[in-house]
Amino acid sequence: MRLSSTRKTAISAYNFEQPLPMSSSTSSPPHRPPGSGEIVAGCLSPHPPHLVYASNPQQNEPKSSGAGAWKSLLDGYQSLRKSLEDREFDVIVVHTPHWKTRVGHHFLGVPNFEGLSVDPIFPNLFRFHFDLQVDVPLAEAIQEEAAQEGLVTSMMRNPEFRVDYGTITSSYLVRPELDVPIVAISSARSYFDYSNEVGEREMLALGRATRRAVEQSGRRALLLASCSLSHRHFTEEPEDPEDPAFEHIHNGNQEAWDRHVMRLMQEGQCAQLLEQMPDFIEQAVSECKDGSLTWLLGALDVPDFPATVHGYGTVIGTGNAVVEWDMRKAHVQAGDQA
Amino acid sequence: MSAKGKIVGSFVVPSRPHALLAPDRSPAWQRLHDAYGEMAADIRALKPDLLLIFSTRWVSIIGHQMQADPKPKFWVVDEDFHELGTLHYDLNIDADFAEHYRDAAQARGLTARTVAYEGFPIDVGSITALNLLNPDGAISAGIVSCNIYSDRAETLVLGKAAADAVAASGKRVVAISVTALSNRMFTEWINPAQDSIHSAKDDEWNRKLLELLEQGRLEDVSQLAREFSRQANGDSKLKAIWWLASLSGQSNDYRGKVYAYEPIWGTGAALVGLTPQAGAGGDLEYDEDDTEVFRGDRNVLATDASEPAAKSS
Repeated sequence: MRLSSTRKTAISAYNFEQPLPMSSSTSSPPHRPPGSGEIVAGCLSPHPPHLVYASNPQQNEPKSSGAGAWKSLLDGYQSLRKSLEDREFDVIVVHTPHWKTRVGHHFLGVPNFEGLSVDPIFPNLFRFHFDLQVDVPLAEAIQEEAAQEGLVTSMMRNPEFRVDYGTITSSYLVRPELDVPIVAISSARSYFDYSNEVGEREMLALGRATRRAVEQSGRRALLLASCSLSHRHFTEEPEDPEDPAFEHIHNGNQEAWDRHVMRLMQEGQCAQLLEQMPDFIEQAVSECKDGSLTWLLGALDVPDFPATVHGYGTVIGTGNAVVEWDMRKAHVQAGDQA
Repeated sequence: MSAKGKIVGSFVVPSRPHALLAPDRSPAWQRLHDAYGEMAADIRALKPDLLLIFSTRWVSIIGHQMQADPKPKFWVVDEDFHELGTLHYDLNIDADFAEHYRDAAQARGLTARTVAYEGFPIDVGSITALNLLNPDGAISAGIVSCNIYSDRAETLVLGKAAADAVAASGKRVVAISVTALSNRMFTEWINPAQDSIHSAKDDEWNRKLLELLEQGRLEDVSQLAREFSRQANGDSKLKAIWWLASLSGQSNDYRGKVYAYEPIWGTGAALVGLTPQAGAGGDLEYDEDDTEVFRGDRNVLATDASEPAAKSS
C-alpha cells in the first residue's frame, strides 16, 4: 500500500545522532568534586492527580470544590515539604509507574519539556501546564551504571515525548515551584512479564546504580518513589470527585496491609519489608508492582533507620502514604555504631 | 438516517506502531503495512459511515470512556519505541455517536463518560489504526477505552451497548478491535529484521485462533478467550475480542479473512476481517454466560454491610 499524501497524521522522525539544543532556561546543578555526591533524602511520594487538582494550582485547568476528601494526604505533603526545607538538593530523581516500558528501563534524555499534560484516566481532574528541566548528564550516568548491573536500558531522546503525569504530579507535590532539574526513570514491566521476584531483583539493582551515579556525580539528590501502596480503585466517581463522603479504602484488607507496611518503615525494618514485598504486591494489589518503592529502598541501601510517615490517606479507594527517609539519620546511626 | 444502523464489518488489527513508523526495518512489519492497505480497501468498499474502535492501549479506571472531541489534534509518542518518531494526529471523531454510546452504556448499567479535552493523549494503537486504515480521515471515527478491571460480563455489555447505539444511529459501522493476540514481548533490544513470535507455544495458539477466525467463528474465539489468554499471554484477556463479538451479534455467521499474521517485537500481530454471512456458523456450542445488563462488581471483600457490596443479582 502507498500511504496517501493526504494523510491527516504526520510522522516526524529525528536524527538522534545530532546533539540536541540545550534549553536556555536549563540550570546546571552546581559542580562538586566527583565522588562527593549524596542522596539527601528518599521519599515515597504517591502521584494521584487528585492531589494536584485539590491544590488548585494556576497551572491546572480544572478547579476543585475544596470539599476535602484528600486532606490527610495534602497535609502529609505539606509536612514533607516543611521537613525538606532544611536540606538543599540539586536534582530530583523520580521513578514513575506511569511511564510503562516493556523493553527495559528508560530515562528522559532531553534537557527540557514543556506543554500540557492531560491524564488519560482522570482527564477531568488533571490538565496541567508544565515546564520541566531534566538533568540529562545524571540520567545518562544512571543509565550507564544500570547497564553495568546488567539491566536493559534506553535513553529517551525524542523531544516530543509526553512526560507522564506521575512524574509531573510527584515532582509538583514535593516541589511546587518545579525549579529543580529532574531525572525521570520509567517502570520496566519485569514484575508483569516475569515475576515479582525478578522485578524486585531488577529494581534493587537499579537502585544501586542510581546511588553510585549520584555519588559519582557530585549532586545532592532527592529521590521520589512515585507510587501508592494498596492500589485497588473504585471504578465509579461521585459527582464532586472530592466529596469526602465517598472516599474510603477499597476494602479492609488493603488498609491492614498498608498499615503493616508503614509500621515496618517507621521501625526501620525495610529488609523485612522487602522480604514481604512480593506478597504485599499480590495481596494488596499494590502499585509497588511497578517497582518504584523497591528502587528507592535499593538506592537508600535498604534503610535500617526509622522513616517518617507524613501522611496516609485514600484516593478513589487506593492507599497512599507520604513517607520520608532522612539520610542524616542513616549517618547518625552509622556514627553511633562506629 | 431513518434505517436501523448495522455492523457491516468487524476487524482486528495490532496495537503497536511499527508497521506505520518503521515498516522498512523488518520484512514482517512491511508485510503488516501492506496488509493494512488491503484491509483499508476492503473497508472502503463496505462504505461505512463510522469506524468504531476499541483499543487495549487506552486504559481506563472510571468505567468506560468514549472519545468525544470532534477534532482532536495533538501528538503522541510510544512509551517504548520513542526513537521511531512522533505521531501527530488530526482526527475526525463522531462526537454525537460518542454521546449516544455513553447513554446506551449507562442504560445497561455501566459507568461511562465522554472525554473531550484539548491535548488528551489518544492512544498509539488507535492512531496507528486510523492512520493506516483511514489515512485521509474521510470516515469519521469513534474510540472507546479498555477498563482495566472489567471482565468478560462487563465487556460483553459494553459491546451490546455499542450495538444499541449503532442500531439507533442508522449508520453503517465498521467495528475495529485494536489488540495484540499473544502479548509476550521481547524485553531486550532485538534486530527488527529477525523479529519472531516470542515462543513456538504462543505461535501455535495464535495460529489456532486465526484458523477459527478465518472460518468466521468469532463467537467461538470469544468463548475461547480466557483459555487463550492463560496459555498465550493474551493482550488484556482478549477483551477486545469479547467486545467485538458482542457488538457484532455473538455468532459465527461471518466470512473470515486473515490478511496477515506477523510478529511485532515478539507479540502476535494479526490483521483479520469478518464480514456478516448468514448461516455460516453452524450449530456450535457456547457455554459462557451471556450478560445483558451490568449490575456492578461483587465486592466480596467489603467489610461494611452498608456498603454496596452484593448488588449483583
